[in-house]
Amino acid sequence: MNKPDIAQLNDANFDEWIKTSEKPVLVDFWAEWCGPCKMIAPILEQIAVEEEARVGIAKLNVDNSLEVARRYEVMSIPTLILFKNGQVAKRIVGAMPKSSLMRELNPHLS
Amino acid sequence: MEHKKVIVVGSGPAGLTAAIYTSRADLDPLVIEGEPSSTSDQPGGQLMLTTEIENFPGFPEGLMGPELMTNMRSQASRFGASFQTAKVTKVELDTKPFALYTSDQQDQNDPVLTCDALIIATGARSLMLNLKNENELIGHGVSTCATCDGFFFRGQDIAVVGGGDSALEEALFLTKFAKSVTIIHRRDALRASKIMQDRAFANEKITFAWNKVVTELHSENAVLTGITLEDTVTSEKSPLAITGLFVAIGHSPNTEVFKGLLEMDDAGYIITHAGTHTSVDGVFACGDVQDHKYRQAITAAGSGCMAAIDVEHWLESQH
Repeated sequence: MNKPDIAQLNDANFDEWIKTSEKPVLVDFWAEWCGPCKMIAPILEQIAVEEEARVGIAKLNVDNSLEVARRYEVMSIPTLILFKNGQVAKRIVGAMPKSSLMRELNPHLS
Repeated sequence: MEHKKVIVVGSGPAGLTAAIYTSRADLDPLVIEGEPSSTSDQPGGQLMLTTEIENFPGFPEGLMGPELMTNMRSQASRFGASFQTAKVTKVELDTKPFALYTSDQQDQNDPVLTCDALIIATGARSLMLNLKNENELIGHGVSTCATCDGFFFRGQDIAVVGGGDSALEEALFLTKFAKSVTIIHRRDALRASKIMQDRAFANEKITFAWNKVVTELHSENAVLTGITLEDTVTSEKSPLAITGLFVAIGHSPNTEVFKGLLEMDDAGYIITHAGTHTSVDGVFACGDVQDHKYRQAITAAGSGCMAAIDVEHWLESQH
């Protein structure tokens, strides 16, 4: 498997990254202390490789980027937010298997 | 279709201990470990949603729940256990070998796996309140995972529903973040252990709402703003303004796929006899799926070991 290309976002680089991305970006709001976040991490790595043409994957650690997390009213992690042209296109709360996650994302990806 | 000598369904302390023992006995077990989820029904089981485990023997300083489960999984892997990240969707136990269907198979018409002996260690999951807008508010104030979500309630007034050890553990954990934590309990006394009760009573951020049940969830712009409580003695209703509600009111066994196939008690727990044998010869059950009394990591692990030894003896007796 290719090495997944996953952007590490924070309060400082988030806006720029979301605004300038040419393809939709799925942002994983996560933290070290969250068990379900650890379960979903390898799934996101797979999607980053398999769906590289359709979606970018990025991670935002809420522990050190609380401002962005607050702005998007993240109150539970993992929360996955899909941004298209800088706008929220889809919001997914909680860990789930890859097949279910792709089912949620597919209608929003070209 | 693949055939295995032993299949273990579930990957909490019971399932993984059964996997460690059966792999060391050269029985080449396959563990169907479940699917990622943010409920307590997931690979690694209920401990994946806990923090510090202080009472698992051998760890004097304690350790984190997810760390304990990751270790158990590596230990089973080391001796050759294999893993499939899926849920069992259907089983056929009336013919031998037993047949299993899993959530990751494309065609649900035929089973993908068969086995000589089956170990059921699917555990139990947390119960929800079953209020009408509860599901929509999960992630927006209603939480099933204090360790995942507590962080977002810094400086806020929140509540925990329940009176057992899990409820108090969550409440105490949440005091690290919240301004106040109200424990809502339907009786006037807790069933939690003495040590947890002492800690909760001594914590100045914790208050108790005795003899109360939650009857309504209130929200504004799809975010929780408060709840209505009803007194179980006087039926009097009262509002409580909170932004976070954590539910810890007990458990229900994960036995839906075995309904009608195995003997169960009224609550759906699998009945075992002579150790871990179930009502079907060759099917064994261990951990919380057959125990609503002890429900500890160590008792689950212990019964997982018993199931592995029972399987080993049973397979030998089949020749």
